[in-house]
Amino acid sequence: MISEADLVAAVLWLGVTVYAVLGGADFGAGLWDLLAGDAQQGEAPRNLIDASIGPVWEANHTWLIFDLVILWSAFPVAFASVMSTLFIPLTLAAFGIILRGSGFAFRKYTQRLSTRRTFGATFAASSVITPFFLGTALGAIASGRVPAGNATGDPWTSWLNPTSILVGGLAVAAGAYVAAVFLVAAARRRHDAALERYFRQRALAMGIVTGGLSLAGIAILHADAPALFAGLTGRALPLVAGSVILGSTGLLMLVRGAARGIRPLAAAAVTAIIWGWGVAQLPAILPGSLTIDAAAAPAGTLDALIVISIVAALTIGPSLGLLFALDGRSRLEAHR
Amino acid sequence: MFFALDPLPPANLLAARDQMAITLGFHIVLACLGVAFPTLLLIANWRAIRHDDADALRLARRWTRIIAVTFAVGAVSGTVLSFEMGLLWPGLMGRFGAAYGIPFAVEGIFFFLEAIFIAIYIYGWDRLSPWVHFVSGMPIAIAGFGGTFSVVTANAWMNQPAGFTLGADGQVTDVQPLGVIFNNATWYEAGHMFLAAYMVTGFLLASTYAVGRLRGRLDRYTRLGFMIPFAVAAIATPLQIGMGDIAARAVYADQPVKFAAMELVQTTGPNQPVVLGGILVNGQVVGGLKIPGLDSLLAGFNTNTVIQGLDSVPAADQPPVDVVHLAWDTMLSAGFGLLALAAWFGLTWLRRRELPTSRWFYRFAAIAGVAAVVALEAGWVVTEVGRQPWVVYGLLRTSDAVTRAPGTLVSFVIVLLVYVVLGTSTLLVLRAMSRQGGGEAAEEARDGVPYGPSR
Repeated sequence: MISEADLVAAVLWLGVTVYAVLGGADFGAGLWDLLAGDAQQGEAPRNLIDASIGPVWEANHTWLIFDLVILWSAFPVAFASVMSTLFIPLTLAAFGIILRGSGFAFRKYTQRLSTRRTFGATFAASSVITPFFLGTALGAIASGRVPAGNATGDPWTSWLNPTSILVGGLAVAAGAYVAAVFLVAAARRRHDAALERYFRQRALAMGIVTGGLSLAGIAILHADAPALFAGLTGRALPLVAGSVILGSTGLLMLVRGAARGIRPLAAAAVTAIIWGWGVAQLPAILPGSLTIDAAAAPAGTLDALIVISIVAALTIGPSLGLLFALDGRSRLEAHR
Repeated sequence: MFFALDPLPPANLLAARDQMAITLGFHIVLACLGVAFPTLLLIANWRAIRHDDADALRLARRWTRIIAVTFAVGAVSGTVLSFEMGLLWPGLMGRFGAAYGIPFAVEGIFFFLEAIFIAIYIYGWDRLSPWVHFVSGMPIAIAGFGGTFSVVTANAWMNQPAGFTLGADGQVTDVQPLGVIFNNATWYEAGHMFLAAYMVTGFLLASTYAVGRLRGRLDRYTRLGFMIPFAVAAIATPLQIGMGDIAARAVYADQPVKFAAMELVQTTGPNQPVVLGGILVNGQVVGGLKIPGLDSLLAGFNTNTVIQGLDSVPAADQPPVDVVHLAWDTMLSAGFGLLALAAWFGLTWLRRRELPTSRWFYRFAAIAGVAAVVALEAGWVVTEVGRQPWVVYGLLRTSDAVTRAPGTLVSFVIVLLVYVVLGTSTLLVLRAMSRQGGGEAAEEARDGVPYGPSR
């Protein structure tokens, strides 16, 4: 029986998924920016990164706000427990978010090379730090290390543990993979064969890293988070297997130099693993401590959130579509 | 339940409150720019198209670039606040998130639309036809209005909690979303904040052109750059004084202890004076200028109006009186100073249809931006510190809401450093951008054709 709380939890999961794919890709682009080399070497890839995430990163970032407000309204105890136990990694993630956004905007609007370099490094480094700490927090929740209550979990071991480090690393790697795949497509639209090759190589390398981390993850989760492991290999197995198939297909297509379909495949691989995690820990919102139904706000709040989500889908959906359409079209025109 | 109250020495309280104050005090200025700046931009943009006005066009392009920076910093500094809701105040969110969270969910939609259409507008220069481009900016201004309304609704709810039922264990058991949103304080707080956004943005932006004028730039571009934001702020100012008067009277009715702190009222009684300046030492007002009976007159239109004093509640339930009172006086001084300046501008315009020419006017205008920010911050202190020791008025103490996580002092110190660097960088970047103004032509060459689709 699906309760109203389950419905809102699904909306929340949807928001987390979109943020993981689109927000994760923006962070990943920051990682490529960081690794692009000196000002001369890195100019072309950095320009592509700048043009690709410039118009959309704020909209993509807003999914995080959406997720936070749904979480704290619909599941207030879960939100308060997560934020207080994971005070350290989430404070660091918040620092990363503010440095990433302002660093990116400042770099775009300053002229002097040395200043641009400082702001650029701030943007790029915090693009790596932020998803890592957000990932450690997810790992903490998934491995049942966040009990309900005001900072009742361990302030350190809740997120400094094998599962958290694994998920943190996966968040960085998967974001960088999706970003590289998106940048392949962006370079292709610009008819820039050199940049396309540049990001195709990086997409392949990061795809292999992500796959390797996932393989290592099997052993780590088996030892460190048996309940999560059981869920992922039991009820959630179809989704986990789907993620593996989608990911490897994407890699194969990259090897063969295909362009069509690589973006949806990369996004779908990330989506499948996030829903796999959600299904694996059902019916818990904080495994070992709190179920979705027990954490849920009163019906009045849930009703309001469902109405708000519908209004959001009707207004934000078309607006986002317009933004992405304009973004894609004008870039094509500007470089023909 | 998980967030039941039990006594805890509030070691984290001061650090958490200071961190919240710094991050919110920073964000509130950028939030004001986010709300009102798009309207000023659209005015310039409209002039540019409608009257084929090249100066207005240059202003609109210039302001777009500034908004791109301030919006980005505002978006991420706002996100920090979302995190802090849980990082610093899990006791508030855990117990009341089901009610208090709803306005933020509404705000989420407006913020989303704002982020999307700001991107479309910034990106749409040279890519959309002029009127389509102008129209793509309108949702930003509308979302700014809606966003202010919903986020201030949440703050109003903290002052006048409504729309829910508390169970025997202190948990929220029943929520009426519309009751949460349309609480007692929603209208006057949202109206006051919305006008504040227009005053802050208008005076801040105008002050930069006032400085330009004092340095000898008398061209039409500088005059128009001064005129548009200053006129908007000058219209908002008298409305704000009226709105503030309504808000103060509502606080007198809704939160008598906060009102007593604002006006330094010690003992309940009629014929209370207004005290300008002054602090409380051992229960006695020291310093300050007393105007007998005025407080009662303003609160109830009659000097016999009884005003509840601070002594009506135990000391543990009183806010830090001097801070609230001095912040209140600061806000009023700045507000009335700006009203005088707005009147100077308005009267000159009505008589001669032109800007004042006196250098003194521009000297005052040059500091009007800072004065408006001071008024904004002081007003925020009145609202927030005046509500203490409660985070949810009458229901939840701030000390019961604060996190028990260790490390708030460390995070406060780092936040302080990061925000000093961030604030300095923002100002330096904006200043560097305005210096590039000398080379407008270069800027436009880089941006592409002055206006119109690139095809």
